Amino acid sequence: MPIFFERDPYQELDRIQRQMDALFQNVSGRERPYRREGVYPLVNISEDADHIYVQAELPGVKPEDLEITLKEQNLVLRGERKIPAEEKDVNYHRRERESGFFRRALRLPAQVDPNKVEASCQDGVLTITLAKPEEVKPRQISVKGA
Amino acid sequence: MTEQELKPKVKEEAPAKGERVRPGRVFIPAVDIFETAQALVLVADMPGVSSDRVTIDLKENLLTILGQISPPAEKHVILAQEYAIGDYYREFQVGELVDKDKIEASVKNGVLTLTLPKAEKAKPRRIEVKSD
Repeated sequence: MPIFFERDPYQELDRIQRQMDALFQNVSGRERPYRREGVYPLVNISEDADHIYVQAELPGVKPEDLEITLKEQNLVLRGERKIPAEEKDVNYHRRERESGFFRRALRLPAQVDPNKVEASCQDGVLTITLAKPEEVKPRQISVKGA
Repeated sequence: MTEQELKPKVKEEAPAKGERVRPGRVFIPAVDIFETAQALVLVADMPGVSSDRVTIDLKENLLTILGQISPPAEKHVILAQEYAIGDYYREFQVGELVDKDKIEASVKNGVLTLTLPKAEKAKPRRIEVKSD
C-alpha cells in the first residue's frame, strides 16, 4: 500500500504536470512538446467562468463510434477510428493515416456538474463542455461604500 | 481488421516558405494516397478545418493543399495543451496525367478526400491482339 501518498497519487502527478506546463509556457510562450506516451487522443483542456472544455482531435471518427463516460472527476474517452477499406485493385502510394482503438482516461482539474455535460463533434474535433457546479463558480462580490 | 491501439502523434510542422501574413503555425497533415484504374485519390486528416476553408491548387504537376482552421470564437483560459492548433499545408508532385476539370474534393469530419481523375490518355488501356 502506498502509505506515502496522502492524496490520490495520480492527482498529485497531474498537478505537478500542470504546474510544469504553466511554467514552461511562461518561459517560452509556447506549449510544451508532448511528453506523455501511448495515450490517444491528445487533449486540450481550457476553462471559462462557467465551464470546463475538453477538446480532442479525432478526424474521421464518427460520433457513434465514440463513448464518453464521466464519473466524479474522471473522464474516459474511448472509441474506434475506422478507415473504410478500399476495393481490392487499388494501389497504395502512401499510408500515413492509422486506424484502431483508443481509450483515454483523464482527471478533470475541477469538479463538474454530472447532469450538465455536452459533447459535440465538429470538423473532426470533439468538444466536451462540462458545467462547473454553482459552488465553485467565481462570484463577483460588490463592495459597499460606507 | 486487427485490434490495433492508436498511438498519439506529434504534429509535424510544415517547412516555412517565406513569411506568412497570418500569424499561427502550419502543420503537415497525414495522408493516404491510392490509385485506382480511374483516379488518384488523396485522403488527408485535417481536424478543425471546415469544407469552406480548404484551398486546393494544381499547377503543372504541383498539387498544393491548404486547410485553414477557424479562429477560436471565445477566449478560454488554457489549463493543459497537449496538441498544437494550426493550419495544414502540403505539396505533392503529381506524376500522373490528371483531368483538371474533373477534380472533386469533399471534407467530412475533418477528413479531406480529393479525387483526381486520370486523363483519358493516362488510363490503362487493354490492347487487343488480333490473331489471323
